Amino acid sequence: MHKEAAIREPLILGDDVTYSKITEDVLHAIEHEPTKLWKVLMTIATITAIWGVGCILYLLGTGIGTWGLNNTMGWAWDITNFVWWVGIGHAGTLISAVLLLFRQKWRMAINRPAEAMTIFAVFMAGTFPMIHMGRVWMAYWVFPLPNQFGSLWVNFNSPLLWDVFAISTYISVSLVFWYIGLIPDFATVRDRASRPVQKLMYSLMSFGWTGNAKAWQRFEEVSLVLAGLATPLVFSVHSIVSMDFATSVVPGWHSTIFPPYFVAGAVFSGFAMVQTLMLIARKAMKLEYIITVKHIEYMNIVIIVTGGIVGVAYCTEFFIGWYTGVQYESYVYMSAGAATGPYAWAFWSLIFCNFINPAFLWFKKIRTSLTATFIIALIINIGMWFERFDIIVTCLSRDYLPSTWRMFFPTWVDLGVFIGTLGIFSIFYLMFLKYFPVLALNEVKTILKSSGERYKNMSDEEFKQLHPVFKKDIKSAPAGSKSESDNNEEK
Amino acid sequence: MSDKTIYAIYDDDYVLLESAKHLVSKGIHIRDVFSPFPIHGLDPVIGLARTRIAITAFIYGMIGVSLALTGMWFFMIHDWPLNIGGKPNFSLLTNIPTFVPVTFEFGVLCAAHGMAITYMLRNWTLPGFKAKNPYPRTTDDRFVMEIHASDSELSAEEIKAFIDETCVLEIDEK
Repeated sequence: MHKEAAIREPLILGDDVTYSKITEDVLHAIEHEPTKLWKVLMTIATITAIWGVGCILYLLGTGIGTWGLNNTMGWAWDITNFVWWVGIGHAGTLISAVLLLFRQKWRMAINRPAEAMTIFAVFMAGTFPMIHMGRVWMAYWVFPLPNQFGSLWVNFNSPLLWDVFAISTYISVSLVFWYIGLIPDFATVRDRASRPVQKLMYSLMSFGWTGNAKAWQRFEEVSLVLAGLATPLVFSVHSIVSMDFATSVVPGWHSTIFPPYFVAGAVFSGFAMVQTLMLIARKAMKLEYIITVKHIEYMNIVIIVTGGIVGVAYCTEFFIGWYTGVQYESYVYMSAGAATGPYAWAFWSLIFCNFINPAFLWFKKIRTSLTATFIIALIINIGMWFERFDIIVTCLSRDYLPSTWRMFFPTWVDLGVFIGTLGIFSIFYLMFLKYFPVLALNEVKTILKSSGERYKNMSDEEFKQLHPVFKKDIKSAPAGSKSESDNNEEK
Repeated sequence: MSDKTIYAIYDDDYVLLESAKHLVSKGIHIRDVFSPFPIHGLDPVIGLARTRIAITAFIYGMIGVSLALTGMWFFMIHDWPLNIGGKPNFSLLTNIPTFVPVTFEFGVLCAAHGMAITYMLRNWTLPGFKAKNPYPRTTDDRFVMEIHASDSELSAEEIKAFIDETCVLEIDEK
């Protein structure tokens, strides 16, 4: 039996955890009526989503003039929200792909919900570039399709087109990765289902998975290769998003450190979002023994690292902006001009939320406290929204000609569309929590023996008594070593 | 000898793995194992060859890369070259740097989806297919070995006797 180093803290807590207990607890939500909390949240989410869809329809019917944009501010909340949502998505892929390559066992408990968050977040992100085109029904023009303009093709030199390929590849590959992991777990639901409709639904969704040795061998290989593909993919996606800005000649956007800085920022905001969602979900679904405080602490450490990278990037931007001595750079989002200008409130919000706030996580007491983590994560979410707002709005508001300097004032449609996407996202997420296996339960089972608290505290002797291999061994062992959950008959 | 299928049901992956080693050493061929999760170390014991699915991913990826490059060469250089912002599109070689992102993305797209489809087909898992695991609890907490009597020299009774030496929950014959 393979055991982990004793110094590592157990990842599955409790002395009574068995394979069937994991199944039972993770599938509890699917097999039971929804709770009151779920219904309340679903109602709020639905109302918000209806409001958002209404705003989007109004926007499409009337035009993007209903947003607070003007000649100077060609982009504002639309692209802010787009980058914010895409960034959130990155944590899911990081957990599921990068941590798989690093063989981090703690990822098993959180990869499924984090990846669900990725997919829904990128889906929300995708709506913004679509609706900011104004005429959404022509969105297919972004693809290189033969057309009647003498076959005028899309411009493959443009980062905006790279974005089209990056985002669509990202969402579809994430979806495939997520679903391949889900198939065996759907099969578990299918084989336990008693109601015919449920049985039929999960039979369809589990694709007839049998779980034989060869299938599992392929499963592991496919997961590994997909992780290998998704890792550079996730870095490329936000690099390309950052190039939407970095390849332009707007002061403050035209910056070579944008790609790594955006990727770190994306992971930073994504982990904050995972914390926000998981802290509630693990409590409501009573999965605290699988998503332990240790998991929360590990994620907080990732937040410290990525937040540190983001902090260094802020300092670099500030220093280089000043050091160039270029007058146009003295008003960019990281400059003394921004800190004292009309967008000072946004500048200082960013500094507080993303620079000062995550620093508290350096204290072990704070990063292992659930309440503190929740508050800090929530503030980071707000801070990362401000980061994109600052980069886009502050930089655009002060460009080359003082006569074109403008402020941006959002309208109720700006606000409505953003809040609406939060609502739609919440609907998806709540549906996921209710109808999908929230954790990769079959993957969690693989680490029970190496990282479960019960097994870690067990000596080899005790283990052999609990799981004797030969019947002749049982007779010599003390009575009562074998039986626990095996009294029930097969089938 | 009639071909009898023997199912040995275990309640633990470790016990199944050790039992499998024991049975294989007695000359019994294990046709298949059904389990709720991958049992590490089992493949060499029951003689499963390594899967070649990763190689297919590479091939699909290369197809994607060449398709993307050919496409962009056709769109940007051959069919309708444009001079955008003083940056003309003369040859593939000079344009390669700006083609890198899309080439990469499309390569990943083809590799991931191609491999996923191959995986589904090879496992024969597609929407609407019926599951063929012999016991429904193999997706929860049961581990089942499938042994065909015709695969080895031993008779079904002898095989069952060997299985019975291990801590098996139940032996089933079909």
